[in-house]
Amino acid sequence: MKTFDYRRADTIEAATHANGRFIAGGTNLLDLMKLQVETPERLVDISRLDLDTIEERDDGGLTIGALVPNSDLAADPRVVAKYEVLSRALLAGASGQLRNKASTGGNLLQRTRCYYFYDTATRCNKREPGSGCDAIGGFNRILAVLGTSDHCIATHPSDMAVAMRALDAVIVTQKPDGDKRRISIHDFYRLPGDTPQIETVLESGELITHVELPAPPTGKQVYRKVRDRASYAFALVSVAGVVEVKDGVIASAALAFGGLGPMPWRNPAVEAAIVGKAPSTQAFEAAADALLADARGYGSNDFKIPLARRTLIATLRDLTA
Amino acid sequence: MSILGKLFGSDDAETNALVMDEPRPHSFLDHGAQDVIGKPINRVEGPLKVTGRAPYAAEYPAERLAYGVLVRATFGSGKITKIDDSAARALPGVIDVVADYDTFIRSPGQGGATEAPPQGVQEVHYFGEPVAVVVGETFEAARDGAAAVRLEYDEADASYAFAAHKDQGKEPKEDQIPGHSKQGDFAGAFDKAAVKIDVTYTTPSQNSTAMEPHASIAEWRDDTLILHGAYQMVASDQQQLAKALGVSADKVRIIARFVGGGFGSKLGIAPESVAAAVAAKKLGRPVKIVLARQQVYEATVRRSNTEQRIRLGTDANGKIDALSHNSLVTNTPYEQYWEPVAIGTHFLYGGENREMNHDLIALNLNAAGSMRAPGEAVGMMGLECAMDELAEQLGIDPIELRRRNEPAQEPEKGIPFSSRNLIPALEKGAQLFGWSQRKKAGTDRRGEWLHGMGVSSAVRTNMLMKSAAKVTLTTDGRAIIDTDMTDIGTGSYTILAQIAAETLGLPVEKVVVHLGDGKAPPSSGSGGSWGAGSAGSSVYLACEKIREKLAKSMGVAVEEMTLKDGRAIADNRVVPITELIDENLGVIGQIEPGKQEKKFHQAGYGAHFCAVKVNVVTGEVRVERMLGVFAAGRILNEKTARSQCLGGMTFGIGAAMTEEMIHDDRNGKVVNRDMAEYHVPSHADVPHLEVHFLEERDIHVNPIHAKGIGELGISGAGAAVANAIFNATGVRVRDFPITCDKIIEQLPFDA
Amino acid sequence: MRFTINQKTYEADVDVRTSLLDLCREHLGLTGSKKGCDHGQCGACTMLVNGRRINSCLSLAVMHQDDEIVTIEGLGTVEDLHPMQAAFVSHDGYQCGYCTPGQICSAVGMLDEVKKGWPSHVTGDLNEVSLNDAEISERMSGNICRCAAYPNIVDAIREVAGQLGDQAIKPAPRTANEQPAQEKVSA
Repeated sequence: MKTFDYRRADTIEAATHANGRFIAGGTNLLDLMKLQVETPERLVDISRLDLDTIEERDDGGLTIGALVPNSDLAADPRVVAKYEVLSRALLAGASGQLRNKASTGGNLLQRTRCYYFYDTATRCNKREPGSGCDAIGGFNRILAVLGTSDHCIATHPSDMAVAMRALDAVIVTQKPDGDKRRISIHDFYRLPGDTPQIETVLESGELITHVELPAPPTGKQVYRKVRDRASYAFALVSVAGVVEVKDGVIASAALAFGGLGPMPWRNPAVEAAIVGKAPSTQAFEAAADALLADARGYGSNDFKIPLARRTLIATLRDLTA
Repeated sequence: MSILGKLFGSDDAETNALVMDEPRPHSFLDHGAQDVIGKPINRVEGPLKVTGRAPYAAEYPAERLAYGVLVRATFGSGKITKIDDSAARALPGVIDVVADYDTFIRSPGQGGATEAPPQGVQEVHYFGEPVAVVVGETFEAARDGAAAVRLEYDEADASYAFAAHKDQGKEPKEDQIPGHSKQGDFAGAFDKAAVKIDVTYTTPSQNSTAMEPHASIAEWRDDTLILHGAYQMVASDQQQLAKALGVSADKVRIIARFVGGGFGSKLGIAPESVAAAVAAKKLGRPVKIVLARQQVYEATVRRSNTEQRIRLGTDANGKIDALSHNSLVTNTPYEQYWEPVAIGTHFLYGGENREMNHDLIALNLNAAGSMRAPGEAVGMMGLECAMDELAEQLGIDPIELRRRNEPAQEPEKGIPFSSRNLIPALEKGAQLFGWSQRKKAGTDRRGEWLHGMGVSSAVRTNMLMKSAAKVTLTTDGRAIIDTDMTDIGTGSYTILAQIAAETLGLPVEKVVVHLGDGKAPPSSGSGGSWGAGSAGSSVYLACEKIREKLAKSMGVAVEEMTLKDGRAIADNRVVPITELIDENLGVIGQIEPGKQEKKFHQAGYGAHFCAVKVNVVTGEVRVERMLGVFAAGRILNEKTARSQCLGGMTFGIGAAMTEEMIHDDRNGKVVNRDMAEYHVPSHADVPHLEVHFLEERDIHVNPIHAKGIGELGISGAGAAVANAIFNATGVRVRDFPITCDKIIEQLPFDA
Repeated sequence: MRFTINQKTYEADVDVRTSLLDLCREHLGLTGSKKGCDHGQCGACTMLVNGRRINSCLSLAVMHQDDEIVTIEGLGTVEDLHPMQAAFVSHDGYQCGYCTPGQICSAVGMLDEVKKGWPSHVTGDLNEVSLNDAEISERMSGNICRCAAYPNIVDAIREVAGQLGDQAIKPAPRTANEQPAQEKVSA
């Protein structure tokens, strides 16, 4: 770990003006700093900011403070009751200890678990732009099959963000100039392209202050995660689904995926393949076709394509049962 | 005056030495009145462990302690031309960058070796080889410094990929078993066999992943090195360390009172020990080095990957006539150690015509060495899955198949078994587990899940090692045990206390056990499951002699005297034993292997049963139940022995389902070098496991009649899981671990 | 910097990079908390901070100056074991002992989470939190035990949860915002 200047911010304004890297739970940032994958010169401790509550809005939605720990969010009765997919996703992630520390905002910004990103002795365009990618042509079992580029095949590791993508969450930020932005989660992440080091649309000094969940969706909610251990492992594939069936027809669907792409993945074509149709194997197959049309394996992660297909179809069965 | 007495300075204690040339039917452990042997008493050191007061290697305070962090080679092979440490030295808090090309060890020492491990680190032989150490006033400074060191080097061509070098195996030098072994005419018999199995299984490199990373605090006091280390075999490790440092063995004292797991990875010294000693000498202050978890994966011993071809030829009834188990294993080019894959196959089943060859492939990967049950742990996965395949092909129950191939005597040497309870273990387990409920493969589907059961034999060669301990009966009525034996979670503290308590008739609380100090009489150390039998026997022998002396003092024959609760009872008299001695009475007990191991084949046996469910959508496997039955001679403590078996069975679950060290084929680098990506089983992967013991005494193994158990529990465990996965799905995966990607496309997914 | 650990105040002048774990182990002589991986992947470093279990290796000491920290040393002593410590001894919930302090701190924190009605990954109905073996195993999965005392650890925790009575395994009353269970959107 390189040394850094440490400052504790007492206000949002002070934080955004501090010209440093924000730290809240620190469970991912310190992990990476120890390996010098991350080398911030200044850490701005935002953990004491007053952003740790969950408020219900008039429209029935929730506004979640960026510092709400993952465990509190998962156990919140309103989340449990109305956004079960989010609770389930959070509870499928990490461990009790990590969820107690990890914040809502930090979880959105988790960095990839790519083996090569984690080792400064290897080439990684995300860690060191322009150095190359050792994951391509290397061992890439846990890496992406969607949204990749010749520069990066990293996956986004979050479970929470996958559920939030299915829930159409909005990320609320504040910039150093005091401007607040409301960024749809659908616009928040960036594909790697030739700049895999840039993962979100956040600007320098811009702080996530809240995450808004729209009014609760109707329909059944499911989060299904496939992993190598029964617990305490990152997703190989995960599906967050919210589907409503009315009069024997799928009235609405929201489907997001983890473990497949560089961001929590959502593709409207997947939902279009089933909305307005009666639940059927044929419709579900069409959804899987839409999801995986552009999928590309890199060798050891080829299996994710059939795994995603099967997991999606089974999840849709569950959602429409 | 014993040799041991001379070795240990002024100690002129009497010695009771036994070479195990003859059977030893009598044991005071069968006649003790204290009634503690075998009992499931709590670990005597338990309260220290649960309160965080048990000190492990890195937890000893030292004046002016400096912190070292190792610098690794960031290339797979070649020669360092320069270590640029200027940036590191410029960092605040960095004291020094110590690079001693000649003295630093390249790879850890092998278990039991008494020579220095391979030294010389200017030549780099694998990615991650430790080449220097940065020493700082704080851990934080040293860690930053280590990252700032730049290596300049000439890279060399090397061999990294197993698949590309499979034709380059060479017959290794005979070790526990011969590299190549033949009996009869395997090829001819296999050719003529009515039923044949010819299958190839692979297992990946694995890592022990003991919870405590390797750690050393080195401190020179005058010209003597005191090293608090995390090591399993103190006596031989002292020799390795002394030779690596070029000092005489009596100038090195290793202390390892508590060791946070070993599983083979701490048998020999690891790179941090020599680096800490060199740095401490140079700086004139104590130096602590704890390996980062990533370094544990990169620079301590791995279990070799294996490719095992197993051929079984039987008559129409499944009686084996031809048996071959040929393996490819790997190690770093300069290493001799090879995984003895077929060590259990040599004697587990009968059959006239046999062939067991091992070929060692030199690859530029980190060194392979012993990991829990070297040989059996992976060899039994291959053999016992192949047996399952054979039973399936024959259409007979796998237990019946094993019954038909039970040899009357050791099938290659023609000597009797000292004890063998394989079939009783299988039968008892079958009954307890409900084996008769097993269904035809791939037929028990409930919702998304396919259910199945699997069985496997367990076998582990029993070993006795030379081991000594001093027991001192004190005038205040305590027994103090001194030996350099270690407790790596195995229960040594407790079982040694129980042996002494039973033999001397003392409450366990009156026995004080001092372990892990290299100044004490040298023991077998912990490894190869020999610790309890070897170190336990040494304590027993010392106590046996003390008994004799007490009887003599009381004026009665030793057989007529009963010892209980600190009192001697004989001849209608009850005398406190403290009245039978004038001063502290110290005796050194020493056991040595002898002719019994040549005359009788000695091993522990058992059986594993496993029930799994496999998700038809995702291929995820969940172990639902697992049960083991073990026969390992006398069980010294039912509680700690059971725990050993739980551990072994769980290692089997990991080996079958999740554990795999991945080397990048382009440079040999360990790709998944942390505990997030090297998946040992988590709580949720392990159901409630059941362990049963068969009552057994083995009078040929040692005077306490106990055989090793720590490795018996892993032997075959992975195969039982794999066989259950087959029974659930009808799909046979021969490439371990059985992760979902290897199975999903063959699972029925009625889309 | 000033810290409150096991109800005792400590002053320490440490590098800003020092983790809470290294603060305790290397500077304060509190070596009970263990370093197994230093990356939040094993749980051996688990401490209770403001009553919550966390990985102390992934937390900077400097960020904990106002917190109530409890380490294994604060739970009990050799002479006066905490019930969870005693249960680990009697059920052999360990072997080498290295992960044990973390397991015990985690277990204590975990039971408190159950008491608060927090669900887990294996909870069927998220509103119906109760403790069984599968729940204990899942909730303790952030603590790796390579010796694999898992079944014994489950036994130890189950026993302590039982001693604490129904309070330990019943969810706490829900907040005012709670919606009735029947409005739950998923089965």
